[in-house]
Amino acid sequence: MNLRLHIWRQSGPTDTGMMKTYDLADVSEHMSFLEMLDVLNEQLSERGEEPVAFEHDCREGICGSCGMVINGRPHGPLPRTTACQLHMRTFKDGDEIYIEPWRARAFPVVRDLVVDRSSFDRIIQSGGFVSVNTGNAQDGNTLPISKKDADYAMDAAACIGCGACVAACPNSSAMLFTSAKIGHLGALPQGQAERYDRAENMVLTMDAEGFGACTNHYECEAACPKGISADFIARMNRDFVMAGLLNR
Amino acid sequence: MELNSHIPSGPLAEKWDKHKAELKLVNPANKRKFSVIVVGTGLAGASAAATLAELGYQVTAVTYHDSPRRAHSIAAQGGINAAKNYQNDGDSVWRLFYDTIKGGDFRAREANVHRLAQVSVNIIDQCVAQGVPFAREYGGTLSNRSFGGAQVSRTFYARGQTGQQLLLGAYQALSRQIGLGKVKMLNKKEMMDVVVVDGRARGVVIRDLVDGSIETLMGDAVILATGGYGNTFYLSTNAKACNVTAAYRAYKRGAAFANPCFTQIHPTCIPQSGDYQSKLTLMSESLRNDGRIWVPKKQGDTRAPGDIPENERDYYLERKYPSFGNLSPRDIASRAAKEACDDGRGVGPGGKGVYLDFSDAIRRLGQPVIEDRYGNLFEMYERITGENPYEVPMRIYPAVHYTMGGLWVDYNLMSNIPGLFVLGEANFSDHGANRLGASALMQGLADGYFVIPYTIGGYFAKGGLTPVSADAPEARAAVEETTTKVQQLLGINGKRTANSFHRELGKIMWDKCGMARNAKGLNEALQEIPALREEFWQNLTVPGTGAQLNQSLEHASRVADFMEFAELMVRDALHREESCGGHFREEYQTEDGEAKRNDADFTYVAAWEYTGAGSAPTLHKEPLVFENVELATRSYK
Ligand SMILES: Cc1cc2nc3c(=O)[nH]c(=O)nc-3n(C[C@H](O)[C@H](O)[C@H](O)COP(=O)(O)OP(=O)(O)OC[C@H]3O[C@@H](n4cnc5c(N)ncnc54)[C@H](O)[C@@H]3O)c2cc1C
Ligand code: FES
Repeated sequence: MNLRLHIWRQSGPTDTGMMKTYDLADVSEHMSFLEMLDVLNEQLSERGEEPVAFEHDCREGICGSCGMVINGRPHGPLPRTTACQLHMRTFKDGDEIYIEPWRARAFPVVRDLVVDRSSFDRIIQSGGFVSVNTGNAQDGNTLPISKKDADYAMDAAACIGCGACVAACPNSSAMLFTSAKIGHLGALPQGQAERYDRAENMVLTMDAEGFGACTNHYECEAACPKGISADFIARMNRDFVMAGLLNR
Repeated sequence: MELNSHIPSGPLAEKWDKHKAELKLVNPANKRKFSVIVVGTGLAGASAAATLAELGYQVTAVTYHDSPRRAHSIAAQGGINAAKNYQNDGDSVWRLFYDTIKGGDFRAREANVHRLAQVSVNIIDQCVAQGVPFAREYGGTLSNRSFGGAQVSRTFYARGQTGQQLLLGAYQALSRQIGLGKVKMLNKKEMMDVVVVDGRARGVVIRDLVDGSIETLMGDAVILATGGYGNTFYLSTNAKACNVTAAYRAYKRGAAFANPCFTQIHPTCIPQSGDYQSKLTLMSESLRNDGRIWVPKKQGDTRAPGDIPENERDYYLERKYPSFGNLSPRDIASRAAKEACDDGRGVGPGGKGVYLDFSDAIRRLGQPVIEDRYGNLFEMYERITGENPYEVPMRIYPAVHYTMGGLWVDYNLMSNIPGLFVLGEANFSDHGANRLGASALMQGLADGYFVIPYTIGGYFAKGGLTPVSADAPEARAAVEETTTKVQQLLGINGKRTANSFHRELGKIMWDKCGMARNAKGLNEALQEIPALREEFWQNLTVPGTGAQLNQSLEHASRVADFMEFAELMVRDALHREESCGGHFREEYQTEDGEAKRNDADFTYVAAWEYTGAGSAPTLHKEPLVFENVELATRSYK
């Protein structure tokens, strides 16, 4: 198939950036979306032009590196699918495809489609863990955890930290990301001791990083390639309120 | 070069405890005087960095990713082994040790492997304490599954995302230390060289991938946890950025490289679909619990799988290895698939595939059970191929997956350069010539959480470290060399991209140093690789500059190292005139096509020493001594 691509080009953080148009011929429907970009980049390089910078690594939908807005939707048109797992059979001959970086104040553009997501790391650093040193932990089976709780924790823990939730939200809120970690650890007995402090510290860091508030659009849930439920946000809000009561 | 494995004396089961007791300690107040540089923050690096910081060392961690959470470890699907014997099915530290030694075809050190089996149980406890959401039974206890090459159920898992959950556990422990100010985390920085001063590793050269600046980081010890080199083959199941640069540059500074030719080819991956293919996707080994592997009996049979009657199918693993069947170890299953395809009985485009068929299991258990067990994987398969595996059998083909070889280390995980430690897939230590499923995660975390925290203390406590600064002539020279190399890559101004060279190198390696190797092919590769390398240095194009994010430059620099390293792999494969584990030399096989080991001549670790550009490396042999197991022919029949 032949495609017309409109891609955001920005040479560095201080450049203003613009959309540029590229025609790409003979795209196979079996290619992944990123392989299609590889082909474009090979052609650009051979012509002496600079290839489009984009993050990627595992290409299996698990590392959370690849992140781009495709035709206005984070990771493109398919539900629960990262850009690297999207295949060209989803598109048809003659399509025009618009490709842009995540846009959020807390994710400054580094180059082209690459953004700086270190704000996510800082949210985790402020409380997204169980404070236990390496050493003589008790035997794993002395702490029974019901299958239901383990599954629920796993649903939240499946977050890949890609940032699609932020990119999808009209307020650029990081609530889904933050609540997924708070939900994962808060659902397990290991996470109880720090449960409310964790919620408070992570939420405050999230605000300080410049992410917006949640006004219940549920775009995050729709965009999440791992299908993480916005119910975790409600749970986080409860924990946050509890923290305020307990720490007063 | 002196290679002393420093294996403690005494009975196998007591070596580690005895060693720990004998290691000198660094007192808590002194720990903060020692600085450690950890390169790589996958399972091995993140667990080491977190633990060392908890102990009080000053830690700086470096990764080329934008966050430690993106390391290749994240992609591991199936699980992690541990000798917990929760299933009461006869597992024990000894059995895990024995399975691993046998699985590795008797080419690993007994003492290291036994320690690995011993600490495996602590890993699970530690991860549970961190909140890793392992799969549970209804009664609340931890759940297990089976993996190839074992007859007990000892694999712990978190859905199909075990690596993700273990890495996030280590990442969170590391994040806690970063938040406390005890680890300085450097993201998006690539290590380009090791700085060796007075014979000890005292720093690294790093290049900032965003602004291109090159500088040194100095410290009292350097830990490399930089992963494996499967991407030498271009196409592999590894993440795209995995590379050999850190290990190879350490090798060029004098660290011995052990068993570089020991590569694992995984039998169940989605076959290549076209020339544009950028990587291969693994379908977890766990599928072989219920899927049956077959090809048509007749050559060139192009009928749809459903039209091929039962008696015209060859379930070749069940036929050849009745006691392990579809759960035969990886090297064996891969070779059998290759044999069937070479025989003209492969299926799918180009005849490069075999069927992994679930129709029996679906008939027996019902589709919902299969969905529950493998739903994610089936979905992934359909997404990639556009075919529905509930209706038509999956097509699979072997692909490069893991590298058992790596930098040589002693029992303390220290290379032959004092102060340079190597952990995880980057070292050669525990898997011999073939790794069993679910053992890499175990090894990475064993190294990082439970081994290095002890052994690095032993190194520091011996003393003798004098202060060095980034102004040391060795440090400045290393920066200079890196700068020159980057300039060279940018200045060739040829016509071909790094990617096209990488692809061509990968093809040579796959054809001549892949699943089956022979002297003729290997000798040809020894001609072709230098010729390709020469063209690389004359005809490479790298658009852009070195002063901004430049992914073409990153890739070119890694490909430059693959180009040299590939030759070392081939040399090692050529010298090892036997077949063992993943290393199958066609000249050395039994009458029925099984690997023929040569214990009399090759029961050793091949450790290669760099002797300069254009000069052949020197081979050193570390003999492997088996005091506790008998070298048996590895049979899964
Ligand atoms: C698809 C797949 C599935 C797998 N499934 C399983 C499984 O079920 N069970 C199992 O036991 N094993 C499995 N494995 C193997 C296992 O995942 C790996 O062997 C293991 O995770 C390697 O961990 P590591 O910490 O050694 O290295 P990695 O996770 O590869 O980490 C390497 C780190 O080093 C950094 N790095 C490398 N070079 C440099 C440099 N020059 N400068 C700066 N940083 C650098 C990287 O950024 C990264 O942080 C699987 C592998 C694959 C490919
Ligand atoms: S590249 Fe890893 S999730 Fe897409």
